[in-house]
Amino acid sequence: MSVPEDRRYSKEHEWALAERDGLVLVGITDFAQHELGDVVYVELPKPGDRVTQNAQMGEVESVKAVSELFSPVSGEVTAVNDDVKNAPELLNESPHEKGWLIRVKPDDPAELDSLLDAPAYAALIE
Amino acid sequence: MTSMPDTPFREEAHDRRRLLMERSRPGRTGVTLPASDVPPQLMPEQAMLRDDLQLPEVTEGEVVRYFTHLSQLNFSIDTNFYPLGSCTMKYNPKLNEAVAATPGFALAHPAQPEAQVQGCLEAIFTLQTYLQEVSGLPSASLAPLAGAQGELAGILTLRAALDARGDGHRRKMLIPDTAHGTNPASAAMAGFQVISIPSTSGGDIDLDAVRAEAGDDLAGVMFTQPTTLGLFDRNAIEMCRVVHEAGGLVYGDGANMNALLGRAKLGHFGFDVVHMNLHKTFSTPHGGGGPGAGPICVTEVLAPFLPGPIVVRRDDGSYGSEMPAQSIGRCGASQGNFGVLIRALTYISLLGGEGMLNISGNAVLNANYLLAKLRSLFELPYDRSVMHEVVFAARKRAGATALNVSKRLLDHGFHAPTMYFPLVVPEALMIEPTETESKETLDAFIETLERIDAEAAADEEFLRGAPYETPISRLDEARAARRPELRWRPAEE
Repeated sequence: MSVPEDRRYSKEHEWALAERDGLVLVGITDFAQHELGDVVYVELPKPGDRVTQNAQMGEVESVKAVSELFSPVSGEVTAVNDDVKNAPELLNESPHEKGWLIRVKPDDPAELDSLLDAPAYAALIE
Repeated sequence: MTSMPDTPFREEAHDRRRLLMERSRPGRTGVTLPASDVPPQLMPEQAMLRDDLQLPEVTEGEVVRYFTHLSQLNFSIDTNFYPLGSCTMKYNPKLNEAVAATPGFALAHPAQPEAQVQGCLEAIFTLQTYLQEVSGLPSASLAPLAGAQGELAGILTLRAALDARGDGHRRKMLIPDTAHGTNPASAAMAGFQVISIPSTSGGDIDLDAVRAEAGDDLAGVMFTQPTTLGLFDRNAIEMCRVVHEAGGLVYGDGANMNALLGRAKLGHFGFDVVHMNLHKTFSTPHGGGGPGAGPICVTEVLAPFLPGPIVVRRDDGSYGSEMPAQSIGRCGASQGNFGVLIRALTYISLLGGEGMLNISGNAVLNANYLLAKLRSLFELPYDRSVMHEVVFAARKRAGATALNVSKRLLDHGFHAPTMYFPLVVPEALMIEPTETESKETLDAFIETLERIDAEAAADEEFLRGAPYETPISRLDEARAARRPELRWRPAEE
């Protein structure tokens, strides 16, 4: 199971990657996509919407079940990955790269520090 | 489909799968119309069929064969064992059908004057009293036309009662993480905020989590007893007490009533509203073929808010129907799904009080028999006696996942159990045998699962290809959901 070192993780199996311009990219982890199975539908917030850390921000539907997506960070959504809406299999094929979900302008970049680092997340899913 | 041997039988099997449009030949027709003896009338353009709408050109015989073959592909409780967990797929006695087809019931019209349909009204009244007895609650409405509608009507009744007593600010609805998906959906539709409550490691509701939410914004809890894990929740009475003490109300999902019939009444636990699925517990036709019925029973306090109409017995002994004083309204045009109500009444009248005890007794016995016989094949996430169904985790054998085992069961003529639900059990296989299956049927099911386990042990890949014997083999579920093809299109020329 891949757990990249460059980002932070929530206990709900979302990742948050701090980008150079101060924005935060959000997606679900490799572990999450593996547990979900084939993803068939993703419902995401719209650009301009507010998301709150640990609050529901959308839904992901796989052949097994519908699961809630929780935002790992609070802030304003600046972009949404339309590719995953049209091709939800990207969440399975490339959860950490092409399958990113939303880009957020964080209220407080330090909020990311409250998330797990890669070794801690790797230990959680072991 | 994979290629098949070129035998006459297989050719015919292939022919059966051809759709009506694919059987069409230009100029073929199934009817001969007499010559018109009236002058042709001009039709407005928009009343004509679209030119681009293709219609099959087939003979009457071809149409009959096509639909008869389709009907032979049906899988039903009349043909096979159907252990679909949480659905209570019990045999539906044919006497139900005979009674519902009695002209006095079948030909009654909802708009007939009450004086002409006293028998029909008495039948509804009698079923109301039977369901009040089963639930241990004093008032019933048979208006809801399906289980999910009953759930929504029940939760709207609960909300109306809160609003009427000035508790409209209470919006938090607690729902255990094992609940049927309809519970949070109904609560959200009724304007409540859903709070998920975890289960303990023993499979009961987490009372500490309930207490933590038990404030003056608590509307109530939606709860299933026994739970969807097939377990009797040992915290149910205390949960009801905590919720009531905080000023909330308790909604009971009666989906699993089959386990309790004649033995325990949800009203006695402290439930304020209970819906029942007549198509589960009381043997009326199920799903697709429905229609269903989802009566609700409530406490005296909630009775004025029930959906209507409700049948009453007047002082002179006659029957009439009335809307409760502060009713949330109607669920449909008339007296619920009347034909379904008659079937349930027939079933309860046929079996009587003693019969109700036998239903729950044998349903629980059958489920525990399967638990005892199958626990060597699957993990048992909650190791204690179950009620009407047993939930396993298919995690003991590589390749024998819940999905793969279920697919292979189809090859042996068994309906798959419910899979991947409840969500708290990974690789869940939820098996509900019901009381109407013989020991021989259960043993055949057990032997089949043992054989499937042996197949997986011999070849990890084998089950991934199942089913092998069904008219349609393994479907690509992800593609079907991602890029559904919902209608027939002509082949590319």
